[in-house]
Amino acid sequence: MNNLKNKLAAAPYLVWMVVFILVPLLMVAYFAFTDGNGHFTLDYVSDVAQYAPIFIRSIWLALIATVICLVIAYPLAYILTGLKSGTRSTMLMIVMLPMWMNFLLRTYAWMTLLGNNGLINSFLGFFGIGPFKMLNTEGAVVLGMVYNYLPFMILPIYSVMVKIDKSVLEAAADLGCNPRKTLLKVVFPLSLPGVFSGITMVFVPAISTFIISRMLGGGGNLLIGDLIEMQFLGNSYNMNLGAAISLVLMVIVLLIMTIMNQFSADEDGVVLM
Amino acid sequence: MKKKLYRSFSAAFAAALLCTILSSCSHIEEEVEDEGEAEVQTLTIADEAYYSRFRDAGISINVYNWGEYISDGSEDGTLNVNAEFTKLTGIKVNYTNYATNEELYAKLKGGGASYDIIIPSDYMISRMIKEGMLQKLDYDNIPNFSYITDTFVDPTYDPENEYSVPYTWGTVGIIYDTTLIDIPPEEIDWDILWNDDYADRILMFDNPRDAFAIAELRLGYSLNTEDEKELNECAELLKDQKKVVQAYVMDEIFDKMGAGEALVAPYYAGDAVTLMDEYEDLGFVIPKSGTNLFIDAMCIPVGAKQKEAAEMYINFMCEPDIAYATTTYIGYSTPNSAAYDMLDDEIKEDGISYLDDDYLNTHTTIFRNLSDDANRTLQNLWTELKSTQDETSNKWLVPLFLLACVSASIIILIRRYIKSKKDMF
Repeated sequence: MNNLKNKLAAAPYLVWMVVFILVPLLMVAYFAFTDGNGHFTLDYVSDVAQYAPIFIRSIWLALIATVICLVIAYPLAYILTGLKSGTRSTMLMIVMLPMWMNFLLRTYAWMTLLGNNGLINSFLGFFGIGPFKMLNTEGAVVLGMVYNYLPFMILPIYSVMVKIDKSVLEAAADLGCNPRKTLLKVVFPLSLPGVFSGITMVFVPAISTFIISRMLGGGGNLLIGDLIEMQFLGNSYNMNLGAAISLVLMVIVLLIMTIMNQFSADEDGVVLM
Repeated sequence: MKKKLYRSFSAAFAAALLCTILSSCSHIEEEVEDEGEAEVQTLTIADEAYYSRFRDAGISINVYNWGEYISDGSEDGTLNVNAEFTKLTGIKVNYTNYATNEELYAKLKGGGASYDIIIPSDYMISRMIKEGMLQKLDYDNIPNFSYITDTFVDPTYDPENEYSVPYTWGTVGIIYDTTLIDIPPEEIDWDILWNDDYADRILMFDNPRDAFAIAELRLGYSLNTEDEKELNECAELLKDQKKVVQAYVMDEIFDKMGAGEALVAPYYAGDAVTLMDEYEDLGFVIPKSGTNLFIDAMCIPVGAKQKEAAEMYINFMCEPDIAYATTTYIGYSTPNSAAYDMLDDEIKEDGISYLDDDYLNTHTTIFRNLSDDANRTLQNLWTELKSTQDETSNKWLVPLFLLACVSASIIILIRRYIKSKKDMF
């Protein structure tokens, strides 16, 4: 009886998943392996090989952004859990605040900040420093990724950390752990599931972004996202190649996630994939 | 040929900023200013009976146009064209925007959406005709076609003029900062976009067709060349240019040139006129060596549900008063002779919006649709151009990535090994 109820409750999501996730995925696979006339071909998938440098660059930039996010987010989440609940919710709100504003608008604002005549360079100009070239560089792209995806790293780590039983920490102290050791040996392993879902939630959108690289990167250094977009909205409308690139990207992401799960599986069976 | 989504967007952003900073004090000033020059445009329609056919039918048409490419009455005294059409005919207009020809094409190809009016550019029109995506127009329903200047009748992209009615046209030129670039305008040519002196202050089109056209103009090749050798040479030239290019952009040219971020950029004449109205230091030249002439024209796609009402809309857009409102509001040149006659002499003779016939005939080329092969070559060369990086970063990127993968696998193996040891106890 209970089981049936559970199934019924899951039905809306199941329908959602099939219609909006499974079917589109199958369509991507279909287009990747067929040509314009619907005949089976491997040409497009093998064509993807020539874009290897673009793939590596995207993975590299997304990786840097993810690491920076982690380095910023982990201490912050740790500090947050130690705060009084009133201050904590205010701080959490500040973390969420940028997300209330449109994603494009926020990225656009960075263009005004980083430009040669932008706010930062004008400010530095007062002291006779600069101007520095900040916009249209890889650094700006990474900055855009970090800025936009940081909340997705903070929130999962925080929500896992806040649930760690205080008595566990007390027990650690009782058994002779100093605070540093408690953090390393108790809090960190227990918070790993949050860290892994945070990494997934930052890495995956960062690797496939295209608007950030276009707006902050100057368009001179393509990322995979740009490449896929170009197949659909570029000069030659080639959705088979676009689908093939998307498919390869998905496989790569899956691979990276699997490697990562090898670390986490030891700590905790279930991790957000 | 107009890609203006970002502009309205940045305007909104700037407006939001300004509102918070200036708040109330600016309101009073604005009101005083506005009263000074309220020149209200009126609309006279010669044949009102023609427009009353569908008055009570309660139909609506779907119009798909470029962003900010119609007079919407947002400036005082200008006409809201779509609202006037509804008022006159009783036909409701569902108005939506796209940003590029390719987006329009992908949308129509993908199916699912039904439009009655689309406004693609020249080369896209010939492509759509070739692929059977457009319907032939019934010119009995478009008597105002007679206003179209001869130059724009039977264009190369639609030789019999069966499918399209020109909406606006323009050319590509060079916009530059006159305070910092000390070259007389008549000496400015396309090679300025390769000039080392302005390194990192040059913008370039982020679209293969437009970018290659500039290289083709420099090398003296046809803008519609499909020759692989010529295209390769153009790609080499563009790769050369990459060192001095600050960014590859389309709409952002407006903001970046306005804010003084860049010194020189290629730009569409119509947008340049609007930009120069706002910033006095900018100058615009149409290079003597030649340029691309583009025409955006109204078409009815296959699958349109209200063909006759759509033809009525096309006819309405060719009304002299409406064509005049369009051209003055968006800054692009009009192919409508009656609207042209209404323009100030200042605009007619500025050498930007309207060029003499001799130059138009001998030095400008209209894009034609390229063959699928040529399009693919172009796209591949463009991708290659945009993905090549500086030698320095390329060297260590691949090895480092491989190293990271290998070390990750080793760590996993070691961890597994330790774990299995632990489990034994």
